[in-house]
Amino acid sequence: MDKLLLIIKREYLAKVRNKSFVIMTFLSPLLMVAMVVLIAFLTKLNDSEKQIITVLNESDFFSNEFVTTETTSYINLKDLPLDVAIDSTENMGYYGMLHIPEASNIEDVAIKTFFYTKEAPSTTVLEKLESIFKTRLEQDRLYEIGVSKQQFATIQEPYTMQTATFSGELNVKGFNEIKAFIGGGFGYLIMMFIIIYGGFVMRSVIEEKTSRIIEVIISSVKPFQLMMGKIIGTSLAGITQFAIWIISASILLTAVVFFFDIDPSSFDAANQMGVQAVPAAMPSVGMVNEKIIALGMEVYKIPWVMLISFFIVYFLLGYLIYSSIYAAIGAAVDNETDTQQFVFPVIMPLMLAIYVGFFSVFNNPHGPTAVAFSLFPLTSPIVMLMRLSSGLGEGGVPIWQLVVSILLLIITFIGIVWFAAKIYRIGILMYGKKPSYKELYKWLKY
Amino acid sequence: MNHILVTKEVSKSYGDYTALNKISLEIPENSIYGLLGPNGAGKTSLIRIINQITHPDSGEVFFNGELLNPNHIAMIGYLPEERGLYKSMKVGEQALYLAQLKGMSKTEAQKKLKYWFDRFEIGDWWNKKVQELSKGMAQKVQFIVTVLHEPKLLIFDEPFSGFDPINANIIKDEILELKKKGTSIIFSTHRMESVEELCEHIALIYQSEKILDGRLTDIKREYKKNIFEVGMQTSNGLEIVSDLKNHFTISEESFDAIENQLNFNLQIVSKTSREILTHLASKAPINHFLEKIPTANDIFIETIQNKGSNG
Repeated sequence: MDKLLLIIKREYLAKVRNKSFVIMTFLSPLLMVAMVVLIAFLTKLNDSEKQIITVLNESDFFSNEFVTTETTSYINLKDLPLDVAIDSTENMGYYGMLHIPEASNIEDVAIKTFFYTKEAPSTTVLEKLESIFKTRLEQDRLYEIGVSKQQFATIQEPYTMQTATFSGELNVKGFNEIKAFIGGGFGYLIMMFIIIYGGFVMRSVIEEKTSRIIEVIISSVKPFQLMMGKIIGTSLAGITQFAIWIISASILLTAVVFFFDIDPSSFDAANQMGVQAVPAAMPSVGMVNEKIIALGMEVYKIPWVMLISFFIVYFLLGYLIYSSIYAAIGAAVDNETDTQQFVFPVIMPLMLAIYVGFFSVFNNPHGPTAVAFSLFPLTSPIVMLMRLSSGLGEGGVPIWQLVVSILLLIITFIGIVWFAAKIYRIGILMYGKKPSYKELYKWLKY
Repeated sequence: MNHILVTKEVSKSYGDYTALNKISLEIPENSIYGLLGPNGAGKTSLIRIINQITHPDSGEVFFNGELLNPNHIAMIGYLPEERGLYKSMKVGEQALYLAQLKGMSKTEAQKKLKYWFDRFEIGDWWNKKVQELSKGMAQKVQFIVTVLHEPKLLIFDEPFSGFDPINANIIKDEILELKKKGTSIIFSTHRMESVEELCEHIALIYQSEKILDGRLTDIKREYKKNIFEVGMQTSNGLEIVSDLKNHFTISEESFDAIENQLNFNLQIVSKTSREILTHLASKAPINHFLEKIPTANDIFIETIQNKGSNG
């Protein structure tokens, strides 16, 4: 036990004192903040580009339908011949020109209307124009059968369906996406950690082989102790790195918030108000503010304690399984270039888990694919976490699935560590050639 | 005599390959034991079993009379043939780490390391990284780490590889010094010339089997062929040689007419050396009369050749 602690300490210090570790630790948050700023800037840039459309309206059926919005503005052209209107629109560099010709009835007007652009118009712009026409046509057709304009306006009232679980708990629209996103974030974090730190474990094993210190060490300690010490020490270094990132990133983000003069009190106010907000009142008017409040409330209601405890459980088991495999790979080869053929099959289930998670779990957290992948031990740490964000028990992940998934994970963990320790024990003393899978299988029997 | 280590019919195989076939050895306490054999004979496999890095498929190993167990790890010091240090770790820190892995306390290790670093005059290396050291320097550190915890049994696998002659001598003297203090030493090598001056006992391993073991002097006596090297001062060497050939088996004769020096090898079959000397002395003055003792290398080659022709 003392020896294991010694090994853990050495591995931890060796990792933490490494120059590239220090550089990565302090540079990554800066890069992350830079990314956030860049994305914000680009988004703003994208939004600020307003599409200007000229309207040559010769018909009496349309008058004030074209209302300038955040993304589109309309300029009315009057008494111009069509070709002049097109020319001037093009010369001014506007997006397009809508020509509404004169006709005896609105149906004809709509049929004869043309939208001229430099190239084929974007679907969003076209949809917007089409919906204006569609509304206007509906209004007219309904008028024919005796619906007044005032009556039509009341028909236009929007509607959103309310949803609830069987136990009567109200759901908030858009909330499932947020939950899945949080789960996905956890899953992604696990994948990144496994790939990065598993790689560190592997390189550390290769280093011991190439520097030929391995035999000196294992004449004092058991190979298994060395392997576990290495895995634990390296993961502690990783946790240190994450801790530094979280702390420094939040400091930097706060600084950014102040720098860009974003008022954080608006979030607080929203949260306080949220306490009184009744979800049932929410959808009717579609007021953005109330929606945010309700979502904020729901985010508060996410079972964070449960989620974080299971994040730790799945993270630990998943990391131990994968880094044991990485350690075995490191022991089997002599240098890093030989690792490719072995590393690829390891990364594959991780990638699969992330893709299955994002495509399948987001849509239906409890569908058969999602359930299968959240039970399969090599993908469960990622997929189960994504599912768990929707809750545990009723309406969420059934408890039996969670139990089975963790049990399978523990059994696999024991199996994989046993298997990896065998390969490790033989591999660290083998020099000179890259083993085939067949030889690795033989080592298991030594 | 007490034995520090006894192996009884130790066998080990890797898949179809037999690395050790029923090796039985008795390694006496407080002596230097040479474990000899060509590359790939199985020396390292045996040493790894003694160090409990691997375990034998069959057979037993006794350390100091007890069946080998994990408590013995701290009583053994091992300098492997494939050796190295963590390159980016500082010398002192690394030596402390390795000493602690052998079960020493930090303070004890520090005290002993100071002694050894002073002894080798390398005290100012303490804060250097291993990658800044030359190969020979790193080997010195490695040697210190091996002997630091004052093990009862030291195992050196090709200890002199990587040392220049001066440093090799320093290490050789240290090994002899350790033996004087009561340490038992196993010395594994395929280079026979170093065996003569160090080892009292040897075992020869060839193709996974032990083909010879015992006291070096006994083995030499057994392997000597009663051949004597003779040098005589005479002007008519050729005559003497042809006369002697009637009575004895003579070989490798050479006569230098200018220096009047006759040299030849003479094998004694029936007569005693005394009778022969009388006979020779009657012919001419004798410069030297010396029994040819086989070197370890001769024995090594001869046994392996015999083994090859027998098997």
